[in-house]
Amino acid sequence: MPIQVLMPALSPTMEKGNLAKWLKKEGEPIKSGDVIAEIETDKATMEVEATDEGTLGRILIPEGTADVAVNTPIAMILADGENAADLAKAPAPAAKAAESAPPAEAKAEAPQPKAAAHPTAPAAVSEPEPEVPEGTEFITQTIREALRDAMAEEMRRDGDVFIMGEEVAEYQGAYKVTQGLLQEFGARRVIDTPITEHGFAGVGVGAAMAGLKPVVEFMTFNFAMQAIDQIINSAAKTLYMSGGQMGCSIVFRGPNGAAARVAAQHSQDYSAWYSQIPGLKVIAPFSAADYKGLLKAAIRDPNPVIFLENEVLYGHTGEVPKLDDYVVPIGKARVVRKGKDVTIISWSMGMTYALKAAEELAKEGIEAEVIDLRTLRPMDTETIIASVQKTGRAVTVEEGWQQSGVGAEVAARIMEHAFDYLDAPVARVSGKDVPMPYAANLEKLALPSVAEVVAAAKAVSYR
Amino acid sequence: MAAPKKSVVVKESGQEKANGSPPEFTKAQELAALRDMLLIRRFEEKAGQLYGMGAIGGFCHLYIGQEAVVVGMQMALKQGDQVITGYRDHGHMLACGMDAKGVMAELTGRRGGYSKGKGGSMHMFSMEKNFYGGHGIVGAQVSLGTGLAFANRYRGNDNVALAYFGDGAANQGQVYESFNMAELWKLPVVYVIENNRYAMGTSVSRASAQSDFSKRGASFNIPGKQVDGMDVRAVKAAADEAVAWCRAGNGPFILEMQTYRYRGHSMSDPAKYRTRDEVEKVRHESDPIEQVRNRLLAAKVGEDELKKIDAEVREIVNASADFAQRDPEPDPSELWTDIYR
Ligand SMILES: Cc1ncc(C[n+]2csc(CCOP(=O)(O)OP(=O)(O)O)c2C)c(N)n1
Ligand SMILES: [Mg+2]
Repeated sequence: MPIQVLMPALSPTMEKGNLAKWLKKEGEPIKSGDVIAEIETDKATMEVEATDEGTLGRILIPEGTADVAVNTPIAMILADGENAADLAKAPAPAAKAAESAPPAEAKAEAPQPKAAAHPTAPAAVSEPEPEVPEGTEFITQTIREALRDAMAEEMRRDGDVFIMGEEVAEYQGAYKVTQGLLQEFGARRVIDTPITEHGFAGVGVGAAMAGLKPVVEFMTFNFAMQAIDQIINSAAKTLYMSGGQMGCSIVFRGPNGAAARVAAQHSQDYSAWYSQIPGLKVIAPFSAADYKGLLKAAIRDPNPVIFLENEVLYGHTGEVPKLDDYVVPIGKARVVRKGKDVTIISWSMGMTYALKAAEELAKEGIEAEVIDLRTLRPMDTETIIASVQKTGRAVTVEEGWQQSGVGAEVAARIMEHAFDYLDAPVARVSGKDVPMPYAANLEKLALPSVAEVVAAAKAVSYR
Repeated sequence: MAAPKKSVVVKESGQEKANGSPPEFTKAQELAALRDMLLIRRFEEKAGQLYGMGAIGGFCHLYIGQEAVVVGMQMALKQGDQVITGYRDHGHMLACGMDAKGVMAELTGRRGGYSKGKGGSMHMFSMEKNFYGGHGIVGAQVSLGTGLAFANRYRGNDNVALAYFGDGAANQGQVYESFNMAELWKLPVVYVIENNRYAMGTSVSRASAQSDFSKRGASFNIPGKQVDGMDVRAVKAAADEAVAWCRAGNGPFILEMQTYRYRGHSMSDPAKYRTRDEVEKVRHESDPIEQVRNRLLAAKVGEDELKKIDAEVREIVNASADFAQRDPEPDPSELWTDIYR
């Protein structure tokens, strides 16, 4: 049966075009791949290539015809052994493919009014904190040591876990977080990389795609901007784009946020950046115990995890349970201080301001409840809402910028889920909307302060 | 191809002589190569057709003209070796043995596609066939492929990773970051640069200070070789050498495949940056499929035998196109799956 040549589309949006020119005449032999005609739209000219072999039997649309609709038959090709008499047998023009395809089941449902209500949207884990059995011994450790122990324990447990980054091995870590790991695990598993963030992030993701479990240390997250393409485009999105076939279990960790007196390029908080990305989990702990338990959880998690540490906190000490395997579930906030008057929500370094402010407020008779989010994605909305339903007032505290910040997200969730409980608009305390200055006095002004948190808590309490 | 008959430049102690032709294929090899290249060609033509009909959306980058590269490379691999490439990936998937139906159905965004319709033309994967994508960011697959090789070395197996990328991608910074690490750590990765002379509308000479891509690893001491990528035998011979080099633990190897794409960069490329004569010349003088067909005919293989291959291939392609248009779109609930595991 003769084969119809249809008017092709140059782009998915093209509906019609002009048949500019025929390059083959009726009766001429045609091989697949031969250019037979030129078509044009207002944007471009394109060649029509034959995909079948035979003879150009008949030209149905003469050259110079304008506004030929896509999928209109423009010519007929006769197969070997066919002749002009066969042209009559050509099938009716094919229906537009999109229409002949079975209708897609009902269009994707309209967005749910309550985003968190969707059953498969990543819900915050609500498992209880692992019980720390009574009589458990605690050891006082710096956060730096807690991180090191977490990595060492996971490396002992699983031979696929390895660490790579700049100065992690021989130098023992730019901030000494990986101290001793090279000595225990050797150069095969504790790998010094060249200064090449984009490249080694990609190498880490590739290794994870092949089934290994890399811990990629960035000397600081400021430098991870060079690698952010691999983190987001390759690590976070591949599971989805592969229809669930290929994920990657990888942890990107390192200090995040303002250090001290290092100015704008070395003092930025990336909490909001990463917490926007579906496919990533984002953790930013405050206490030494959480640093340990959450890093262990992050390394075991089958998804890409951003683990935001804080340089200023590295030297802080805390009580860490002396257990063989202390793992803190991802996605669970913790009420660090109970109170009934106002909820203060923060994480990581922001907790230092929040907790000091709560003490100040207590002196003035305001009982603040302080929540440490610990995980930013998935965010534990439940714990926040439960508290705000009790206090009716909320203040968020972050070192990052206010616009599109994590505080903005928390405020939106409170508005969506606890609007009727609010006695005042949510207040945000944040880093100022400027690059971080170097001068000591200006740097202090650029960061949040205890006084600002106190003032905000009082403002929402109308005191 | 500036010079389709151009000799293979032998930099290392290759088996072929400079100016010599590559080692002959057996008849079975010729027939297998012909079939695999034809499958890609016909598949791509059909994809172009479905695109024209509106059944395939978005970007669709066809591999027509470059078939000898993946087919020849694949002939040098063994079970367990990994392959990764960019967005011009349909040929690589078919060469890896992935099912034409699953690939075509992904192009049409249907549930039976390799990524359940959620990846599309540029993002498909098969753990079973060790095909690691399918990546849309120019150059990203070079670091990722280096990571695959890293995993081989970490595990101490003798698998080799092939990382394919274009002449345009070869100018990305992360490529050199990866070259450095690969040589430093002796990773078993073959970097296959598919030099098809254009990155979208930019010719190599307008974008590359060093247009001999086989030299791009020179400052890292990575051996490299320019290969006539239109001759599947030359590709296979170079692939054998490069893969053996990597498998023996010597580190990475660079192959510059001199090839040509006949079609536009993607379906919506009017291709004003080159003349029709240029395309026609390559097509008539060095088409990779015609080369094999002519050798087979000269060796007295009957037209019938070749027609049988043609018919078999057309049937696979037509069946894939039918399936890809009949298969339903993904269930709306799929919107929310595969974000975390
Ligand atoms: C990082 C990045 N920049 C730009 C693009 C847009 N883009 C897609 S393909 C392409 C040209 C690449 O050419 P080449 O590497 O030679 O591969 P070819 O298309 O010839 O196979 C460009 C600029 C992209 N996808 N990613
Ligand atoms: Mg190119």
